[in-house]
Amino acid sequence: MNFETEYLGLSLKNPLVASASPLSSNVDTVKKLEDAGVSAVVMYSLFEEQITAENKALDHYLSTSGESYAEATSYFPKPTEYHNLHAEEYLEQIKTLKDAVDIPVIASINGISKGGWTSYAKKMEEAGADAIELNVYYIAGDPQITSAEVEQRYIDDLQAVKGSVEIPVSVKLGPYFSSFGNMAVRLQEAGADGLVLFNRFYQPDFNLEDLEVETSLELSSSFEKRLPLRWIAMLRPHLSCSLAATTGIHTAHDVIKMTLAGADVAMMASVLLLKGPGVLVPILNEMKLWMEEKEYISIEEMKGAMSSASVADPSAFERANYIKVLQGFSLNDFK
Amino acid sequence: MSAKKVTIDANEATAYIAHHLSEVVAIYPITPASPMGEWADEWTMGGKKNVWGTVPEVVELQSEGGAAGTMHGALQTGALTTTFTASQGLLLMMPNLYKIAGELTPAVVHVAARTVATHALSIFGDHSDAMAMRMTGMALLSSNSVQEAMDMAMIAHAATLESRIPFIHFFDGFRTSHEVQKIDQLSPEIMKKMIDEDWIINHRNRALTPDKPVLRGTAQNPDVFFQARETVNSYYNACPEIVQKTMDRFNELTGRSYKLFEYHGPEDAERVIILMGSGAETAHETVDKLNEKGEKVGIVKVRLYRPFSMEHLIESLPETLQGIAVLDRTKEPGSAGEPLYNDVLAALQENRAEEWKTFKKELKIVNGRYGLSSKEFTPPMIKRIFDELKEEKPKNHFTIGIHDDVTHTSLDYDADDWESDDDLFEGLFYGLGADGTVSANKNSIKIIGDNTDFNAQGYFVYDSKKSGATTVSHLRFGPKPIRSAYLIDKADFIACHQSQFLNRFDMLKHAKPGAIFLLNAPYEPDEVWDQVPQKVQQQIIDKNIRFYSIDAYKVARENGMGTRINTVMQTCFFAISEILPKEKAILMIKNAIKKAYGSKGENILQSNYAAVDNSVENLFEVEIPSKADSALEMRPPVPDEAPEYVQKVIAEIIAGNGDALPVSAFEADGTFPTGTTKWEKRNIAQEIPVLEPDICIQCGKCMMVCPHAVIRMKAFEGELLEAAPETFKYMDARGREWPENTKVSIQVSPEDCTGCELCVEVCPVKDRKQVGRKALNMEAIDPLLEQEIENWEFFLTIPEYDRSQIKAETVKGSQFLEPLFEFSGACAGCGETPYIKVITQLYGDRMVIANATGCSSIYGGNLPSTPYTTNKHGLGPAWSNSLFEDNAEFGLGFRLTIDKHEEQARELLKQMNGSVENGLRDEILSADQTTEPGIFEQRERIGKLKKLLEKSDSKDAKMLNSLADYLVRKSVWIFGGDGWAYDIGYGGLDHVLASGRDVNILVMDTEVYSNTGGQCSKATPLGAVAKFAAAGKRIGKKDLGLMSVSGGGAYVARVAMGANDMQMMKAIVEAERYPGPSIIIAYSHCIAHGYDMKYGLQQQKLAVDSGYWPLFRFDPMKIEEGENPFQLDSKAPKIPLKEFAYNEMRYLMLTKSQPKVAKELITQAQKDVIEQWRVYEQMVKVYEPEKEKNE
Repeated sequence: MNFETEYLGLSLKNPLVASASPLSSNVDTVKKLEDAGVSAVVMYSLFEEQITAENKALDHYLSTSGESYAEATSYFPKPTEYHNLHAEEYLEQIKTLKDAVDIPVIASINGISKGGWTSYAKKMEEAGADAIELNVYYIAGDPQITSAEVEQRYIDDLQAVKGSVEIPVSVKLGPYFSSFGNMAVRLQEAGADGLVLFNRFYQPDFNLEDLEVETSLELSSSFEKRLPLRWIAMLRPHLSCSLAATTGIHTAHDVIKMTLAGADVAMMASVLLLKGPGVLVPILNEMKLWMEEKEYISIEEMKGAMSSASVADPSAFERANYIKVLQGFSLNDFK
Repeated sequence: MSAKKVTIDANEATAYIAHHLSEVVAIYPITPASPMGEWADEWTMGGKKNVWGTVPEVVELQSEGGAAGTMHGALQTGALTTTFTASQGLLLMMPNLYKIAGELTPAVVHVAARTVATHALSIFGDHSDAMAMRMTGMALLSSNSVQEAMDMAMIAHAATLESRIPFIHFFDGFRTSHEVQKIDQLSPEIMKKMIDEDWIINHRNRALTPDKPVLRGTAQNPDVFFQARETVNSYYNACPEIVQKTMDRFNELTGRSYKLFEYHGPEDAERVIILMGSGAETAHETVDKLNEKGEKVGIVKVRLYRPFSMEHLIESLPETLQGIAVLDRTKEPGSAGEPLYNDVLAALQENRAEEWKTFKKELKIVNGRYGLSSKEFTPPMIKRIFDELKEEKPKNHFTIGIHDDVTHTSLDYDADDWESDDDLFEGLFYGLGADGTVSANKNSIKIIGDNTDFNAQGYFVYDSKKSGATTVSHLRFGPKPIRSAYLIDKADFIACHQSQFLNRFDMLKHAKPGAIFLLNAPYEPDEVWDQVPQKVQQQIIDKNIRFYSIDAYKVARENGMGTRINTVMQTCFFAISEILPKEKAILMIKNAIKKAYGSKGENILQSNYAAVDNSVENLFEVEIPSKADSALEMRPPVPDEAPEYVQKVIAEIIAGNGDALPVSAFEADGTFPTGTTKWEKRNIAQEIPVLEPDICIQCGKCMMVCPHAVIRMKAFEGELLEAAPETFKYMDARGREWPENTKVSIQVSPEDCTGCELCVEVCPVKDRKQVGRKALNMEAIDPLLEQEIENWEFFLTIPEYDRSQIKAETVKGSQFLEPLFEFSGACAGCGETPYIKVITQLYGDRMVIANATGCSSIYGGNLPSTPYTTNKHGLGPAWSNSLFEDNAEFGLGFRLTIDKHEEQARELLKQMNGSVENGLRDEILSADQTTEPGIFEQRERIGKLKKLLEKSDSKDAKMLNSLADYLVRKSVWIFGGDGWAYDIGYGGLDHVLASGRDVNILVMDTEVYSNTGGQCSKATPLGAVAKFAAAGKRIGKKDLGLMSVSGGGAYVARVAMGANDMQMMKAIVEAERYPGPSIIIAYSHCIAHGYDMKYGLQQQKLAVDSGYWPLFRFDPMKIEEGENPFQLDSKAPKIPLKEFAYNEMRYLMLTKSQPKVAKELITQAQKDVIEQWRVYEQMVKVYEPEKEKNE
């Protein structure tokens, strides 16, 4: 049984990748993930705001209160060096993980605006990252911004990062584009070595006691995999870059489905956070059993076996199927 | 090799030498010397080595007395040791200086000479501190300029080692310590060459060591002390020659020549001024010009003042001399003359006997005082003194620079009788503290200094308010050396960085004809002219001024720089001033930006670059019409209805005309009326809080937290509303305690608000229809200003509610009481003033305050206007500041007087038979004054008593009348910060806590020396960065609370208004009620913590929730009542310390400067918090009454 797969030009021992989550902030946990069978790890994200806001805040508070009163022309000693805590800790963590484990370590950088933050991709490469996942989290809340402008930002960011590093770069993004397929192709054309589908956005909630907006993150459920499943299946025939499935992958069957749809790897976070790295062992075992049962001898053989190019009825991924499903319902279904 | 040029101030220049030539540096903050200690600390933390290859040890002490003691110890054990100080700090060192000198110990004390507090404190410069050291035996070496500060520091360090006489090296506080000049930097190689290493070895050989034990510091008797004291004479005799030799050696190495008494002027001068300090630079410049015009005048710059070499002085004087004016920058009341004058007189007298020199004519010699507390000393004044010397009988013991209309000491002079050089560029820049004007100008000086052959000078004037402070930068550039140690009066370039200054300050009175005026204003090119007051328009036309404008805030905002307009205005300055070619200047600005911000991140760099480019594009020249037709007028400094004294004195100071006030304007003993801030309407808020009366619950929290008492609450009868303005807001009073038809108004004084937003942040009410809105919301002031002024004025006419009917001891109730502390100059969002305010609401009408020097004495008592005020009966806090170190003792003195006078009054009253009816007498003597009504009734009785006493002509009645008011309970409060309570004043505080006397101490704990710029105190927490702890504080905060509890006899509370305001109220009330000493340690957020002050209360809460700041009250009275006196008022830590700490730059910046250290320290700090909580829980158990323990 050959579990090997290739993702972003990296040879991986199997398609199970730990996606960006707090798990990667602890080196022992990453070691456990490796021992349990994960083939690569994507680190938690370094956010643009952590890079820029920290600098701005430091500059602001070191300067604004000073030079207004004769006895206190400043309120802080002048630091001779400026470290960017989050960024440096992050780079340090890349090094630590690289020293601690043999599996590839993919660094993740998360941002959207123009600016110096993309230069950290280079530093990540220097720190030893095997690849970079550019995580673009953007809510186009400003009605003045057109969809074309939003799309261009993604392209610009990707090109900025690609232009500064030699290692492969993937883009992790959400599905909310008028034409996601076109967006995916454009990203590939702009140099993306892979796409990670999909980002799970932080969704706000309301606290009814304090009447405040809460921004806690709820873990995914297996059901949510259907969105990436559809898009990977639909886009696989059109894209030559790597594809990673993420969101809602909890079981061996989820991994198998993603692979059949055409994903090169399946990324997991929620299930690892919920059940711990140990959950990977039964998943791999179950995959093996299923593959044996279905007589697949390798992951490569499975990849895309159920993509839109391979299934008998590609409309199942599109609107026709939707009508069929709805019409298939009757009131009895609710009883 | 030519010397490296640096553009720095004298504090940095001096510290640079001192750090290079010392092994031990003992420091303590005091204005204006603090930056020297800060530099030394930062350099040591950065690993900078001295010239002998080792990093000097820098240690902060608890006071200057401590620093001197440590210096003495380090010297006695053989280290090369230095310290930095000024003013009272130097005075505190004095006992040790006698010792250090008496033991012939080489050392240098660098002093940024500052006024010693007398009738008032002043942070500014004169020689009263240095002059007070004449008796100590220290050598006194004066520097007159920034360059000299570096050079004389070097000469002092060398000469002390050779001569064994310890040196005080001094230069003028602020004028020199804070003046930025382009100077030659001494290299470490030169420093090394200046010092013979044998001198160091000799110093070490004299050290106390058990390897060669000796004894010093004996006690001696009449038989030997005198002769032993005379042993030092030969050293003092040799010292002047050694200093001159050192100066000569320095000249060989640097080409800069100095003399002990340095004459400058023609060989045949007839008139000479003798002086020292920065005034000598101005005099140097003046005599050059006067001599060009054919006068024969000179000056003698006194460099080595002690030991005073009479022979050298006489040698320096030209034989043709006819008149001498000796100028002293100090005052010795009651003396025959000021010190330098007396020394010169003695020298001239001895010259007669010794015949060192024969003068061709009889000498007239006079003495004058100038420049006290940095009073301006200018060429016209110097010219006037030279003119006076032409008189047959020149005025002696004169003053110059003031108008003395009482004892008529002053010389009148014509301030306009002077013109500066044509090739000198002089620029004035008016800005706000927060807008970056000063930093931009410091940067411009560096750009010009570092990149051109021009000489450059910068001096910065700040006002006395900590919020909305105005700054004026004085910049000079030119090809010749700049010796003008005075402010710019006539400028080539005037920049107004804030359009609201247009109608407040007469800036263009300082414009030379043809000057350039640059205005930052939010107006389009065709609007600007009309927005300029008529007077300013006329000045522009009359003086043919070129007028430019830019909307700098817009440019800054659009380039991601928020409200920092520094880069924008700096670019405009270079673009139009033509000091440098525009393109070159812009390139240099960008280079400077890269240097300043490069390490702070690419994004900051890019925004600044963009701002530079956009500034040029947005700058425009305003077309000047031929007529000044603006409808706008300049605003008067105070309203017309202000009292006469305020109009005549305070208003003049506010308007910047304080220099013109005569001596007669002031009380001889430093007394001022209270309640003057209300007349100084500063209009500094951009936004003010606006009330939603429909949803307000009248909780009082917004009033309680308002640092400036600008938001007020009153309850009143509904009938009063008939006269209310249309937009006046009010509500029905909530709660059953109010009579029917009682209304409540919450009103803001818009012109006094600083816009800090604390009130909005603390408001607990959300608008349920729009939950982002609260019962208070910030709104732009412009459309509201007029109506809210009217509403505020109406609000003031509403009578205060009867105090006896209010539950004053609750948060809500207290806020219906009139605050007697209002509109102070404290920082916007200050965490100290809300505590003071609420105490004045409760006890202001009967309190007397002893205030330690620090922030609270500055916002409490710095002119022009002061915040403590009175109620309608004229009652209110009486306030005074003695010193920094003695405040607890000062307050104890108040208590002793009050108790003694009360006792005397009681004794006298008991003896009053007949003239006071028995009923009244007994009622007075037995009155219960523990409640508001009780005090009110007693006041009524005392009123009656005094009327009766006035009718009597007996001696006892007269005496009793003078003491009768003491029969009404008085509340003594002792206010101060942590620098005082934990460090310099701790000995006294400890003693007062053990005195058993009824005083109330409020420690406003900001955890640093806030007023001097955030230096570390023993209250600074582990892991926080502060000045003097640049690498993070390594030792935990001292627990003043538990230390105070341990004495057992004092009421002790630790409070944090933002965490539990009810607990704070209880603590204040219990402390005041406690018949012995009480201490309240109040968490006070501060701009030195590095975050937006509007979150001050949230941070207080987090401090408590994390367990860092446990709340407690310890009430010894409860022991007798069988209850547990130790009440822990907060819960066990429930959030990690980081959640509190890393919201604040003081903690966070260590993670950026030293991430590993930061990690270690925050881990340790977290452990300490847990341990601290365990101790506090134990304290509760320790104090459990026996019966509970047994149960």
